[in-house]
Amino acid sequence: MTSGPWKMESQRTYFGKALIELGRRNPDVVVVGADTTESIKTIDFGKAFPDRLFQLGIAEPNMISVAAGLAAAGKIAFAATYSVFGSGHTYNVIRQNVAYTNLNVKIFCSHAGLTVGPDGATHQINEDIALMRGIPRMTVLVPADGPETAKCVDAAAAMKGPVYCRFSRTNVPTVTSTEDDFAIGRARVVRDGSDVTLIGCGLMVARCLEAADRLDRDGVEARVINLSTVKPLDVATIDRAARETGGIVTAEEHTIVHGIGSAIATAIAANHPVPMGFVGVQDVFGESGEAEELLRKYGLTAEKIVDAARDVMKRRGRTR
Amino acid sequence: MVDVSEELIRGLKKKAVTLRKHIIRMTHNAQSGHPGGSMSACDIVTALYFQVLRVDPKKPQWPDRDRFVLSKGHACPVWYAALAERGFFPVDELMTFRKINSRLQGHPELGTTPGVENAAGAEGQGLSFSVGLSLAARMDHKAWRVYCILGDGEQDVGQTWEAAMAASKYGLDNLTAFIDRNGIQQEGRTEDIMPLEPLAEKWEAFNWHVLTIDGHDFRQILAAIDEAHRTKGRPTAVIARTVKGKGVSFMENKIKYHGAATSDDELKLALAELDAQEAAV
Ligand SMILES: Cc1ncc(C[n+]2csc(CCOP(=O)(O)OP(=O)(O)O)c2C)c(N)n1
Ligand SMILES: [Mg+2]
Repeated sequence: MTSGPWKMESQRTYFGKALIELGRRNPDVVVVGADTTESIKTIDFGKAFPDRLFQLGIAEPNMISVAAGLAAAGKIAFAATYSVFGSGHTYNVIRQNVAYTNLNVKIFCSHAGLTVGPDGATHQINEDIALMRGIPRMTVLVPADGPETAKCVDAAAAMKGPVYCRFSRTNVPTVTSTEDDFAIGRARVVRDGSDVTLIGCGLMVARCLEAADRLDRDGVEARVINLSTVKPLDVATIDRAARETGGIVTAEEHTIVHGIGSAIATAIAANHPVPMGFVGVQDVFGESGEAEELLRKYGLTAEKIVDAARDVMKRRGRTR
Repeated sequence: MVDVSEELIRGLKKKAVTLRKHIIRMTHNAQSGHPGGSMSACDIVTALYFQVLRVDPKKPQWPDRDRFVLSKGHACPVWYAALAERGFFPVDELMTFRKINSRLQGHPELGTTPGVENAAGAEGQGLSFSVGLSLAARMDHKAWRVYCILGDGEQDVGQTWEAAMAASKYGLDNLTAFIDRNGIQQEGRTEDIMPLEPLAEKWEAFNWHVLTIDGHDFRQILAAIDEAHRTKGRPTAVIARTVKGKGVSFMENKIKYHGAATSDDELKLALAELDAQEAAV
């Protein structure tokens, strides 16, 4: 797969539509909200099924526990709001009432990462993957784009147990297609190559593909992996990439502290260590700005991925 | 009004003493745990498990069972004691409480202990969880009811009031919350740590039907539950005035026994007192 031109689409719109279709197929699906239902597009689920959307106000801990109670009585409960409120603000409620209980609560959060934009650092959570992947029993999903967000909805509902899924407020390039097969726990090789591997999640998958195009111009064949499931990690696919390409660069719209780079480093260190590079937010808070400006300022660009790839290759004594 | 016979009350009193003895033995055996709040909630739990709740120990997952949620999870000794006496698991197992490889965790775990309906330990989540259960029962047009016990210290937690608002928003008349008003939390008296009064008025202001009772009087407990059943369109909060450590004189009203087990000598004294109460019933 090469880069673009891609359609820019809203993950929230795909999320909202997928939820309604799921709700139509499965009467046990219910949704809880916290005064953000319009923005996160669950309001349409409420229009389609007025008795199955519970508006609980600005009370996220309560929202998560109510979802857990609904799930304990047999419902598949989707709790949806902004990532900063649906993960950090409610961390211990998720831990005790959702994960420890192993209930069918599916936490779907938009507004993850820097690309929240002008709202600034209070709303730009770059730590949610770290928080959620640390909780036992939690499945953590980061869909690359709209179509994949829709697939996450269906797959989350189909599996037993808690799920955290994070995506963007901003429109993102549609890099997958509705026909692509998708499974929780499987990392997808979206471009083949044997010189280096670029592993991205969320909107950084597109940037990995752009970086691969640029590297290709210099004769470097980069493999690109879409890591839409952060946990459970597809260790087999990552291990194969380490063995076959000898170097890995990770790219995430998230702090490099305990994000996907850390997860992958741990996995390959235990199997087949290779040099790695980490593109992500460098343990700092964000700030106000437009999404694109922020990505550039904080180094979440194709250029940075290219630089990291060259550095990885140099460290293992190869230029291509 | 429910017809409450002398016989029934005597049976409940006897059962409550049995549960209190279990609580004392379990926490003594573990040399940890929270006897005080287990003893204060004991009569409410006894009334629920031995008179009110429609549950089947042989089918803990029976979908139409009533749900009991212990929000103040540290008081789980009283829950485990009631479940064992009700036949959910062997009484002998109570002595594994807080030990390695036990089904009776230091705080309740869902899915491990037969009959346990929620995970608790971090205070303040149980009422919200109960709201979720109550909403599900109503969606499915089910008759089963939800009973939740909260601590009074737990009234400090913001989430308790988030849940209170949600329950009244949805008019959850299938939900009854008991507030174990023993006046003590971990480090002191509730009114010193964080004043709660006027508490009944707070719940009323949140649009609940509110009753204040003596939480050690079985007739009042059963009457309150009966009134809750008859109350339509609103959830009911029962503020149960209780004594922390109730049943063992030297533990009563003592902040220490919130989270301290009895010594060997105290164990003997406590059991002797409870034996005497049993004989007197
Ligand atoms: C969120 C949270 N903070 C602190 C604690 C530690 N803690 C355990 S019990 C307790 C006091 C509980 O008081 P109360 O709710 O009145 O319980 P009771 O008197 O019925 O035992 C505290 C502070 C906790 N369990 N959860
Ligand atoms: Mg108390």
